[in-house]
Amino acid sequence: MITTRGLARTFTSRSRSGRTTVEAVRGVDIDVAEGELIGFLGPNGAGKTTTLRMLTTLLTPTAGEATVAGCDLRTDPLGVRKRIGYVSQSGGATAEAKVGEELVLQGQFYRMPAARARARAAELVEQLDLRGLDDRRCRTLSGGQRRRLDIAMGLIHEPKLVFLDEPSTGLDPQSRANLWDHIRKLRNEQGATVFLTTHYLDEADALSDRIIVIDNGAIVAEGTQDELKSRVAGDAVRFTVDTEHAARAATIAERLNGARELSTADGEVFLRVPRGDTAMPELLRALDAEHITMTAMSVQRPTLDDVFLTFTGRSLREAEAPDTETTKEHADVA
Amino acid sequence: MLRDAALMFNRDARLGLRSPAWIGVSLMQPLLYLLFFGPLMERIVASTPGFPPGNAWQILVPALVVQLGLFASSFAGFGILADIRTGTLERFRVTPASRAGLLLGKVGYNVAQLLVQATLIIVVAVLFFGLRAPFGGIVLTLVLAAFLGATLASASYALALVIRNEQAFPAMLQTVLMPLFLLSGVMIPITTGLAPNWLYIISRINPFSYVMEAERAAFRAATDGLFTGIIVLAVLTVLAVWWGTRTFQKENA
Repeated sequence: MITTRGLARTFTSRSRSGRTTVEAVRGVDIDVAEGELIGFLGPNGAGKTTTLRMLTTLLTPTAGEATVAGCDLRTDPLGVRKRIGYVSQSGGATAEAKVGEELVLQGQFYRMPAARARARAAELVEQLDLRGLDDRRCRTLSGGQRRRLDIAMGLIHEPKLVFLDEPSTGLDPQSRANLWDHIRKLRNEQGATVFLTTHYLDEADALSDRIIVIDNGAIVAEGTQDELKSRVAGDAVRFTVDTEHAARAATIAERLNGARELSTADGEVFLRVPRGDTAMPELLRALDAEHITMTAMSVQRPTLDDVFLTFTGRSLREAEAPDTETTKEHADVA
Repeated sequence: MLRDAALMFNRDARLGLRSPAWIGVSLMQPLLYLLFFGPLMERIVASTPGFPPGNAWQILVPALVVQLGLFASSFAGFGILADIRTGTLERFRVTPASRAGLLLGKVGYNVAQLLVQATLIIVVAVLFFGLRAPFGGIVLTLVLAAFLGATLASASYALALVIRNEQAFPAMLQTVLMPLFLLSGVMIPITTGLAPNWLYIISRINPFSYVMEAERAAFRAATDGLFTGIIVLAVLTVLAVWWGTRTFQKENA
């Protein structure tokens, strides 16, 4: 569905101190298969929106090439536009316009005849819980309704590939959970490929089949949540034995495949192994053979925050630098 | 492209009619001119040599139409800045809709707005201030006003997309518009008989003076300066629409 090679974008801004060049996206390679739900994760200013705007033809790449929904981004942007749906961060519903009008108009801009646009709008209103809001002005909608309208507008022409930019930003927890359901349905029931950007770890974790992590304009990691987590330091294993057996237990644990960061404190042994779930039975058998009794144990999978920390050297929360991304984009035209 | 233009025109018109305050707001100024400035002009025109032919109302009313065309249409760019802020423009730009079509639809609506307002001013002037003008002349005046509106609205959209700042845009407009306005002799015609030579020369550099003269000539059903004005206006319109569409087609717009 999406293939990019060396896709890059530099912004030049002119100020009193002269020209400054910002490499917002530094040559990314992205491959997305049909039917995948991809989480594009990174802190604000990492290049997520810039990448997305390139993939949706809103911004011309300064280098690299890409095929989106079967069309070449550079030579056939119109083909790309016809085949993709895009829901931007700000959404774009006009405050004074009516919900029904906005949906039909968007469909008509996608070259749909008015009657078909109306039929499709009615279908989406049903699917996205917007019933009875047709004649309401957009400014009177709640945050969650607004967001669902934005998404409905992006889906009006039944695209096979949908881009969602920070879909849940600014929503309350309940609307957020509801929105997640709709996004899952989009893929599971309608077979759409979904590419969503987010700077929320839990969102990427909960929704995606696969995560692509971007930082500083470059892709630093990609894989399923489990793959990414297992490439991190590994699972944290903690177990307790009698204090007198602790030293021997530690020696046994050390023989586990890939064990590291081993430490003992009183009767508690700590270590990391690549896969805690498979290492555990092995450890139990080995301890049994030596007649050492384990009294307690725990295995903790790394979180996406650990993943982020491992690949970028800082945690996602520290990396947050609000608004740098938008400033960059506006500097370009100033 | 025409379908996209029509869709955009309908959208803007629908939104415009939903809050019809604009009609009153932008009509206020020309109506005040008719009421408080027109009577003053009557005596001045009668007793001062150097004015172009015609009575005070024949001089003032086309001027008010030009003023409306200059100012009301120039602020069209504001609408696009709001559409950028809310993401609406981006939502349209991600569809296969023609960029030129989107712009022309917007410009078309601005022109329609201007024509409604200009017609109202003329009707008021005829009914309450004794303006007499040939029907053909009025129609020609309105046609010229439509082109003037298209020129300024297109240029305004282009400028707004280049500046992209809701604070800087009006400041920029005022700076550009005031000299253009004063130097086109809208309030008091800049003729050799009325203006010092240097002012007259500067006004000749301003393309809108020719448009102003053509409007006045059309109003009197005269031909002096009419053709020059039409040619100048045609060139201006082509340039402005070209600038507007080009800016609109550029990636970041």
